[in-house]
Amino acid sequence: MSFWNYLINGLSLGSVYAIIALGYTMVYGIAKMLNFAHGDVIMVGGFVIYTIMNGAGLNPLLAVLISIVACTVLGVVIEKVAYKPLRKATPLAVLITAIGVSYLLQNVALLIFGSDAKLFTSVVNMTPISLADGQIVITGETQITIIACIIIMIALSLFIKKTKAGQAMLAVSEDKDAAELMGINVNGTISLTFAIGSGLAAVAGALLCSAYPTLTPYTGSMPGIKAFVAAVFGGIGSIPGAFIGGILLGIIENLSKAYISSQMADAIVFSVLIIVLLVKPTGLLGKKYSEKV
Amino acid sequence: MNKQLKDNLITYGIIIAFYAIMQTLSATGSLSSLFKGLLVPVCVYTIMAVSLNLTVGILGELSLGHAGFMCIGAFVSAFFSMCLKNSGMNSIVRFIIAILLGALVSAVFGVLIGIPVLRLRGDYLAIVTLAFGEIIKNIVNVLYIGKDENGMHLSFTDTASLNMSADGEVIVKGPQGITGIPNDSTFTIGIIVLLLTIAIVINFVNSRSGRAVMAIRDNRIAAESVGINISKYKLMAFAISASMAGAAGALYSHNLNNLMAQPKNFGYNMSIMILVYVVLGGIGRIRGSIIAAAILTVLPELLRGFSDYRMLIYSIVLIVMMLFNCAPAALELREKYSLKRLFGKKLKKEEA
Amino acid sequence: MAMLDVTGLGISFGGLRAVDDFSLKIEKGELYGLIGPNGAGKTTVFNLLTGVYKPSDGVIILDGKNITGQKTTQINKEGIARTFQNIRLFKELTVLDNVKVGLHNDYPYSTIAGILRLPSYRKQEAIMKEKAMELLKVFDLDKECDYLASNLPYGKQRKLEIARALATNPKLLLLDEPAAGMNPNETKELMETIRLIRDKFDMTILLIEHDMKLVSGICEELTVLNFGQVLAQGKTSDVLNNPDVIKAYLGDD
Repeated sequence: MSFWNYLINGLSLGSVYAIIALGYTMVYGIAKMLNFAHGDVIMVGGFVIYTIMNGAGLNPLLAVLISIVACTVLGVVIEKVAYKPLRKATPLAVLITAIGVSYLLQNVALLIFGSDAKLFTSVVNMTPISLADGQIVITGETQITIIACIIIMIALSLFIKKTKAGQAMLAVSEDKDAAELMGINVNGTISLTFAIGSGLAAVAGALLCSAYPTLTPYTGSMPGIKAFVAAVFGGIGSIPGAFIGGILLGIIENLSKAYISSQMADAIVFSVLIIVLLVKPTGLLGKKYSEKV
Repeated sequence: MNKQLKDNLITYGIIIAFYAIMQTLSATGSLSSLFKGLLVPVCVYTIMAVSLNLTVGILGELSLGHAGFMCIGAFVSAFFSMCLKNSGMNSIVRFIIAILLGALVSAVFGVLIGIPVLRLRGDYLAIVTLAFGEIIKNIVNVLYIGKDENGMHLSFTDTASLNMSADGEVIVKGPQGITGIPNDSTFTIGIIVLLLTIAIVINFVNSRSGRAVMAIRDNRIAAESVGINISKYKLMAFAISASMAGAAGALYSHNLNNLMAQPKNFGYNMSIMILVYVVLGGIGRIRGSIIAAAILTVLPELLRGFSDYRMLIYSIVLIVMMLFNCAPAALELREKYSLKRLFGKKLKKEEA
Repeated sequence: MAMLDVTGLGISFGGLRAVDDFSLKIEKGELYGLIGPNGAGKTTVFNLLTGVYKPSDGVIILDGKNITGQKTTQINKEGIARTFQNIRLFKELTVLDNVKVGLHNDYPYSTIAGILRLPSYRKQEAIMKEKAMELLKVFDLDKECDYLASNLPYGKQRKLEIARALATNPKLLLLDEPAAGMNPNETKELMETIRLIRDKFDMTILLIEHDMKLVSGICEELTVLNFGQVLAQGKTSDVLNNPDVIKAYLGDD
């Protein structure tokens, strides 16, 4: 029966990866950049909730909402200050800047909160579900995480299909210049994408820290990288791809930890990425890319 | 004199002068032990920066797994030295072989990793090199190798499963790594390896192979159209870069008693640190890499109280540098208010 | 025997037949023009000839050798060199080095020799420099040999691209709109250069061009492409007087 527990935990971790990966994949699809700092926005979200709940003693739901707002603003500011001026620069320059932003967020957090791990109080208050005479336990965090992931995924898909702003996002991701000529507000669309992505990162931060309740300035970086792996795995730019990639990655990681070696779990996750890219360089659901001569 | 030759001689000159000054200070006893302890690390990180610059600046691909190659070189060379520790071999000869072996094995891994990785583009390549770096670090952490009269024993679980005889010696102990490495690294050897590294990079860049690599960087399709074998030259540059990181790893490991693969020395954060040196020194500029790496290795150690803010300042400098050097708007502004132009205007006014 | 003999060449992108049943024969030393309206598939023909795209049908024979389906690098070694419509120079290399890259395969000293500066390196580099300077002189670029390619003015960049292509010592030279963006004076000068290349190097040249003056001035034969198909083929004067051609191509102007 322990297999089912590992699987469910994997599903929960995978759902967090999927939420982060959705943000990654949207930003990549539209700004064509690897936002290395995306993972650190998760950490910022975690610290916002931590501060509000421990300092101001507010209700968890309110804390999460404030954190979402804070991260959304942060995401938009980062884009405006650091990435927008480089929109026509080489990808290398943008990536290095993103790495700089990532370090900046980590070190600001380090100066404010110090390097020792903070104990994060879960924002979820639900009773666990027991199945098969208590052999399988699904914690409240797991339930909420999986449900949140599914809702977000459906909402995002509908948003992109049904709304004008969503269609504008599609257009900008296809061809920025053509979209501009068609009268689409490209800057606004990119800002909106960063806002949504960062808001999702805040949600992911709340869920991640509730399930694994320690918080340090580096909490976001590894999940951020793994979520990018998930996004690449599923095919970057594709929303269902990010969802599938995230879930699969979480399951692979947890089953590796349980059955192979906990030290090797990360290596296995990364090996999966490499194998996928070798077999299908654009990921599971990615589009083919070719250069015009 | 040829401008390029002059430029290269300045680079060599700076290093030799640095060496001479340090040796003099050291001989007269005016060098603190803290500073002395930094001399080998300075060599290690300058070599790392030069070698990464070959990948980032000359080949034009962003690798975020460079510390992985350093890790391979460190462990392979240390393992070799441990095996021959009591063989009576001259320690300098043994160390030279260890460095070459570290470089060679890293180059082999560079080729093995490069074959799949170099087919990818830009961001994908960056993330996959990062993945490889982490995989290498993880594998080293579960690696156990022991030696007894029956030969070598290898395991990926623990010391016990090596099935060693009673008088056997466990050399690589998983997360504990390798202990008791002979301290063969000296400032002199470090400087020699650094000089060799720079000479190799400079000569490579000025040969047909180096030109081919830069041609691929500047325009892959045009390079193909003039008959350049793309994968061959990409792989070549990547392998040379990896081998130099391996040599740096050998210098690094023989400067320690206990070698462990931790996030802080071989994780992706270290790869990014080296990248910071390269960017701050100027992408594609060898001398810049050397100066940036040397200063940024020494400075934080000398300004201990400052260390809390070190990474914060690095990150801000990194962002500002990229915005200042790469943003089209900033470039325009610089063009407008450049010293040359301002002077030019002034001169014209005076003429009038 | 023809220098280039193409029969039934074709390729589709998705459902679109970009080039269909394209045939062409160019004799050695001939100056041949490929014209047609925008989007007719001219550059696609170049990309098929140079292996950027793999043809789905047809055979390409260069100087008696079947090169169909080979890779770009190999096709260059077999003897086709080209320039690009949107200039593709090695921007961060000097003008001299751009040409030296073109000479790459003819001077194959090893990487080790290069790193150790062995005699083979010194000897071959010296010859490479001499050859490159000779070529640059032909295009009046020798004074700018130490400039970065990106710092050259537009017209000179186009010339440098031709010099680089010639450095690979090709049998057939493909020029993709060499006069694009040039003023009438520069175009005139270019015409002379192209003719000079043909005479001096005994080169076979196939060029894509929009500039009618240039085409009628120097090309001996023409092929007109429209919607991926050959509309007319033959002597320049005959083709230009062909009513179909006038209607499809010239009439639009």
